[in-house]
Amino acid sequence: MSLRRPSKDQPENFEFNASSLEAANVIVAKYPEGKQQSAVMALLYIAQKQNNNWIPLAAMKYIAKFLDMPYIKVYEVATFYTMYNLAPVGKYFVQVCTTTPCMIRGANQLVEACKEKISENECELSNDKSCSWMEVECLGACVNAPMMQINDDYYEDLDKQKTLDILDKILNGETPKPGSYRGRVNNEPENNRKTLMDLKNA
Amino acid sequence: MLKDQDRIFQNLYNDKGSDVSSSQERGDWVNTKEITDKGREWIINEIKESQLRGRGGAGFPTGLKWSFAPKEVGSRPHYLVINGDESEPGTCKDRDILRFEPHKLIEGCLIASYAVQAHVCYIYIRGEYFVDGQKLQAAIDEAYEKKLLGKNAAGTGWDLDIYIHYGAGAYICGEETALLESLEGKKGQPRLKPPFPALIGLYGCPTIINNVETIAVVPTILRRGAKWFSSLGREKNTGTKIFCISGNVNNPCNVEEEMSIPLKELIEVHAGGVIGGWENLQAVIPGGSSMPLIPKERCETLKMDFDACVEEKSGLGTAGIVVINKDQDIIKCMARIARFYKHESCGQCTPCREGSGWMWRMLERMAKGDATKDEVDMLGDVTNQIAGHTICAFGEGSSWPVQGLLRHFKKEIEKRNNLDPIVQKKNNIPYLVDQHLLDKKNA
Repeated sequence: MSLRRPSKDQPENFEFNASSLEAANVIVAKYPEGKQQSAVMALLYIAQKQNNNWIPLAAMKYIAKFLDMPYIKVYEVATFYTMYNLAPVGKYFVQVCTTTPCMIRGANQLVEACKEKISENECELSNDKSCSWMEVECLGACVNAPMMQINDDYYEDLDKQKTLDILDKILNGETPKPGSYRGRVNNEPENNRKTLMDLKNA
Repeated sequence: MLKDQDRIFQNLYNDKGSDVSSSQERGDWVNTKEITDKGREWIINEIKESQLRGRGGAGFPTGLKWSFAPKEVGSRPHYLVINGDESEPGTCKDRDILRFEPHKLIEGCLIASYAVQAHVCYIYIRGEYFVDGQKLQAAIDEAYEKKLLGKNAAGTGWDLDIYIHYGAGAYICGEETALLESLEGKKGQPRLKPPFPALIGLYGCPTIINNVETIAVVPTILRRGAKWFSSLGREKNTGTKIFCISGNVNNPCNVEEEMSIPLKELIEVHAGGVIGGWENLQAVIPGGSSMPLIPKERCETLKMDFDACVEEKSGLGTAGIVVINKDQDIIKCMARIARFYKHESCGQCTPCREGSGWMWRMLERMAKGDATKDEVDMLGDVTNQIAGHTICAFGEGSSWPVQGLLRHFKKEIEKRNNLDPIVQKKNNIPYLVDQHLLDKKNA
C-alpha cells in the first residue's frame, strides 16, 4: 500500500462553483436513483480540478453532504486512490513512470531531470510553487517508454534532454505539445512497420 | 505473418480517423441489426464456437461467461461493465482501442448488451487515460447523435445507454469485483467469490464484465463468422491478439497478430530485434508483469498463446511482452516489479499487504548483494505464503514474477549473495528487525 497523508494546511470552506456544480449534476444523473454514491470518484476529480489540483478535507465533507453519504466513506475513497492529491502539488503536476518497462529504457534520467529542474525531493513544490513531481507506477504507455504525465497529458519516448526542455517550458508557464518526442506516430514501430501498409500509403 | 485483411483493428495506428463515417468504411455499424435479429442464442453460440477467450489476462471463454447471465430479466436489471482499467506493466493495448477504434468497442457493447439483456453499460477507464477516455466520450456522443445508441440503438430495437466511469490510479480495480466496488463509489477492495458477478454484481444485480479488447473483437467475429476466427491460431487459442512489445527492443510497438505466433518472430520481425542482437537477450516477460519471466533458451521456440505459455510455467496474460536484455540487472528489474505490487496491494488480506513489502525489501537487498544465503530460500517461502492465500488473484500476480526469478535465476542471486548468516547477525541483520522501520524512506 502507499502512504497517504492529508496536508496540514487546510482551507476552512469549500463549495462547488457554478460550472463544477453543473458538471456534478450531469455525473450524478449517470447512475441509477439512490445509487448516487457511485459519483463520488468523479466529484472528487471535479473538486480537485476546481481547487488547483488538490483535494482539501473541506471538499470531502462538502461532497459527502452533496451525495448524502457519510464523510468517512468519502475520506476512505480519497485516501485509497492515488490520483487524488491530498496536498498542494502546483499547477503542473509531473508524474514520471519508473516501473520496469520504463526503468529498463532509462526512466531514471527523467527523474534526474526533474530533480535538477523542479525540486530535489519528490512531492515537493518548486521554488515558484508552480509545479512538483513524483515517481508513479505504470502509466500504461509501455511501448512509448520512458514517459511521463503532466496533468492530463502523456509525454512519450523521452530522454534527459527532451525532459529538460519540456520542464523548462512548463516552468515558463507554457504547455508543451503532448505525445511522442521521437517523432513517431502513436504506437507504430518506427521505420519498421510491416503491417497495414495499404492504409498507411493510401 | 497474418494477412492484413484478417486484422480486426485496421485503425490500430490511426491511419484513418476514428469517427463514425470512417469506422463504417472499415465495416463497423454496417449491419448491426442483421446480427441482433439472429437472436441471443445464436450470438452466444457463435461466440462459444469461435472459442474467443477473454483478453484481460485470465483467458476465460467469453461465450461461456455470457451464458451465465440469467435467461430471464427478473426484478433486478442486468448490467454490462467493460474493464478498461489497464494497468498491468507492459500492457498498453486497450488505450489504442479507446482512442483509435472506439466504434468497434461501442458496437461490441451494443451486441453484448443485447446478448446478456443489459440496458445500461458502464465503461471503467483508468483515470490516467483521461485524454483517451475523452476521445471515447466524443465517439459515444457521436453515436448518440447518429442514433446508434440510446432508444432503439442502431435500429435493433434494443435500448442502450453507455456511461464512462474513470478510475483513479488503483491497479487493483482491474480485478472484476474490485472494479464493481469502485463503480459503486467505494474503495476498490475485491469481494469474495461466490457469489459471482454474473448473478450478484453491480448494485447486487446480474453483471457481465469483459475486457475492452474482448468486446471490441465481437462484432467482427459475428460478421465474418466463428469459423473464420477459429481458423486463426490453434485449438482453444484462436483468433488474433494485440501484442505490446516493450523493453529492450529496437522498435517497441503494438501489433495485432495471430495467436500462437512464435515469440521470436514477434520480436525480430515487428519490434526490430533485441537491442544488441538476439544473443544479447536475457529473459522475456510474456504477459504483463504478473507472469513469470522466461529465460532466453525457452524463448527460441515459445509460441505466444494461453496454453503454450502455461506449459512454460508462465502465462499469456494480457500479452504485454517485456524484453529484458543482458545489459539489465534482472534482480533489479524484478525488485522494481515487486515494488509495484507493494505499492498497489489494496491492503485487505494480510499475506498480500505484508508479503508484497517483504518481497520488495528482500529483492532490493539481493540486488545489492546484502542478503544471506538462507534468505534465498526464505524468499521462496514468502511467495508460497502469499499465493493462494488471498481473496483475489493479486496474491498470485505479485508472487509469480518472484517465483519465476527464483526458478530461472537462482544461481545469479546466490552468486551475488553469499554472506554468512552468522557474521551478519552481529551486523544487525535487517530481516530480524522491524521491517516497517526500514520502510519509512520509501513508503
